[in-house]
Amino acid sequence: MMNPGLYHILFLSAALFFIGVYGFLTRRNLITMLMSIELILNSVNLNFIAFNKYVWPEKMDGLFFTLFIIAIAAAEAAVAIAIIINLYRSHQSIDVENAEDLKY
Amino acid sequence: MITGSTIIFYLLAALTLTCALLSVSTRQIFRAAIYLLFSLIGIAGIYFWLQYEFIAAVQIVVYVGGIVVLIIFSIFLTQQAGEKLAKQKLDRKIFSALAVFCGFALTMLQVYQHNFNNAATTSAPTVADIGRKMLNVDQEGYALPFEVISMLLLAAMVGCIVIALRSKPETK
Repeated sequence: MMNPGLYHILFLSAALFFIGVYGFLTRRNLITMLMSIELILNSVNLNFIAFNKYVWPEKMDGLFFTLFIIAIAAAEAAVAIAIIINLYRSHQSIDVENAEDLKY
Repeated sequence: MITGSTIIFYLLAALTLTCALLSVSTRQIFRAAIYLLFSLIGIAGIYFWLQYEFIAAVQIVVYVGGIVVLIIFSIFLTQQAGEKLAKQKLDRKIFSALAVFCGFALTMLQVYQHNFNNAATTSAPTVADIGRKMLNVDQEGYALPFEVISMLLLAAMVGCIVIALRSKPETK
């Protein structure tokens, strides 16, 4: 076993990102798709923190990007869930196939 | 040589990845939310391991305490109890897995070919440093994004209330 460093964390975050993409491609339920998006955003945060710690430890830019991404993700999840609940009220279902007539 | 910190890192990474995989593959939506919760806790543990305690605390407060609870409540509001998600077509699963695997392999190939100039690790920034930098109005400060985020949160809150408001039937 090697001592964990930057490459290990990059491996972890890339794996997490593609797990999120897999969930986004296979799921048809809006809430589970939202969960996949949360996984993707978390992998990005992990990447920012790893680069901040191992490549530019004297700066704090990655840390602030992570903080702002967390805040935006919270706002995005709240708006998405409001839309999902509204959709459920009018359609009694939250599958993406049934959300098609949002376009019209 | 195997130290305690190495073992803790691998345990946290295994917890995060296993729970994430289970979260996108289980057919019971409530279990998916709980697996997502443990995956996020694993990521918070990795932030602790990297000695970024403030980010780890924010991760636990916002994600575990906020977003996952929101998701669980929306599951309660929209799903029938004990109902499983519809089974996905096999070809969609296979092609998604193939695309994801190719993307992952390509990314890791690029990452391992690139040589990052590792700096000597200094101590992690303290909360006082973070606060001083966040409210700094100089060239290096983050006061403007901070204010923009506060406007965004206000707009999101108003938007949620407007969207989720039940429209009253006309009485007159």
